[in-house]
Amino acid sequence: MINASLKELSAALAGKQLSSVELTTLFLDRIGKLNPALNAFITLDAEKSLSMAREADHRLARGEGGPLTGIPVAHKDIFCAEGWLTTCGSKMLSNFVSPYDATVIERFKAAGTVTLGKTNMDEFAMGSSNETSFYGPVRNPWDTAAVPGGSSGGSAAAVSARLTPAATGTDTGGSIRQPAALCGLTGLKPTYGVVSRYGMIAFASSLDQAGPMAKSAEDCALLLNAMAGFDARDSTSLERPTEDYTREINAHGSTRDGDKPLAGLRIGLPKEFFAEGLSADVAQAVEDAIAAYRKLGAITVDISLPNMKLSVPAYYVIAPAEASSNLSRFDGVRYGWRAPQYGDLTDMYCKSRAQGFGAEVKRRILIGTYVLSHGYYDAYYLQAQRIRRLIAQDFVAAFRQCDLIMGPTSPSVAFDLGDKAGDPVQMYLSDIYTIAVNLAGLPGMSIPCGTGARGRPVGLQIIGDYFGEARMLNAAHQYQLATDWHRRAPAL
Amino acid sequence: MSLSLDQVQRIADLARIELASGEAEQTRDQLNGIFGLIEEMQAANTAGVEPMAHAQDVAQRLREDRAVETDRHADFQKVAPEVEAGLYLVPKVIE
Repeated sequence: MINASLKELSAALAGKQLSSVELTTLFLDRIGKLNPALNAFITLDAEKSLSMAREADHRLARGEGGPLTGIPVAHKDIFCAEGWLTTCGSKMLSNFVSPYDATVIERFKAAGTVTLGKTNMDEFAMGSSNETSFYGPVRNPWDTAAVPGGSSGGSAAAVSARLTPAATGTDTGGSIRQPAALCGLTGLKPTYGVVSRYGMIAFASSLDQAGPMAKSAEDCALLLNAMAGFDARDSTSLERPTEDYTREINAHGSTRDGDKPLAGLRIGLPKEFFAEGLSADVAQAVEDAIAAYRKLGAITVDISLPNMKLSVPAYYVIAPAEASSNLSRFDGVRYGWRAPQYGDLTDMYCKSRAQGFGAEVKRRILIGTYVLSHGYYDAYYLQAQRIRRLIAQDFVAAFRQCDLIMGPTSPSVAFDLGDKAGDPVQMYLSDIYTIAVNLAGLPGMSIPCGTGARGRPVGLQIIGDYFGEARMLNAAHQYQLATDWHRRAPAL
Repeated sequence: MSLSLDQVQRIADLARIELASGEAEQTRDQLNGIFGLIEEMQAANTAGVEPMAHAQDVAQRLREDRAVETDRHADFQKVAPEVEAGLYLVPKVIE
């Protein structure tokens, strides 16, 4: 049961072989047993979860269930959920019980899913190892000496350890794809604007995007169907016709073109993704996956993204600049932490923020404040935005030659806890392959494609053109029909 | 580029984050490391390139000017540190 796909769970629920209460209880018991060693969840509330499960069972009994009704989903603690503690991994929000639902939560509720709990994450989504959480690091289920990646590390560890059938994440510079790669699961960051950011605690508003994390591409497609859609409450939400993200998967399923279901698909391989800095074990697994794609009928094209090396420096101007503005709302007045002792109003702000934020969040606020300050704005912020355009243009040129881009998600398999925690620059460079996708606003995903050093998982990154999610999901699905990396689970 | 302790203090003041005296030096060193990375941008030739603020080129939507939210101020103030008579309390700013 814990390894079942969402489709299988849905069929079992609809066929009354299983109730949502039974399914929810099964996962809650598993969390109770395994979570203490992994620390994947910040908040659990069995009463609330079971009450949602009972409601789903009633709905199923009335024959009003949808494809996700009754299925437990764990949510990253960045999504405001009414009545649930919503901390964003920070002491700043350690007392914040949200009075409202994020649109993503609202949509999952409307679909009839059960909220299984709120997952651990890097503080305010700033980190690549889940070590910056106020609630302590998450452990990688494949090897508890290793980090799960970040910032959606709790969601990744929870799916990987089969503590939940599916989870939500958010991705500002790789925070869905990198932990998905490091924990051996499938995760998708949609095109910017496809999923509403309303109620998703803001980090860098022009880059943040929510997406699904699950065991397979087919599961992610079903989850994205529930998450995506126009929302008037998010000014950057895109007004587009409703899409069925499973449509290409389903179309191919019925008209399989023999052994070559991806015949004619052009896969671009950017030379910058396979250059210095990529560890040999990851390179090998990714090359094997590319070879598997050729067997499925795809052809590969050598391409170049010449400005990719500038993506990390540009990102570490743009993201902190936006964060310094967004996080100014945490001032100890309307919500969140207020210092117990202070003098005047400014002193209250300064002390509340000094006590409420952790070291990495403060660093990024300081960087952002500096690059936006008088006299430095042009040299840093505008220069970074110009580079952002160059990077986006590189992708436009690349997609004239290919349909999808593939390469590694992360330059190495999961590193050990503590290895990079003291060195911010080394930590930042671990997102070298994912950041450019956010700057351009493109969709990107990671799927498991092998194992590297010490048996730790390797992720294959798939980048699509704008609104190419259905095509990417089918390309991932065809690979998953031909291989079994996505079925492998850590021994626990 | 290298930040001085005074500059770090000034940035922290602007950001309204109190820095303990021992903290400032470590913060300066870490920020200088990060700015070492950021400086790589300066080598790029971006003459004539339009800055890109956003991933999608879309205009802001307008809507009819009417109230659509219900009044939930009591719910929202429940999570505030200090409230009285529907007002947020802060230290006195005007004598």
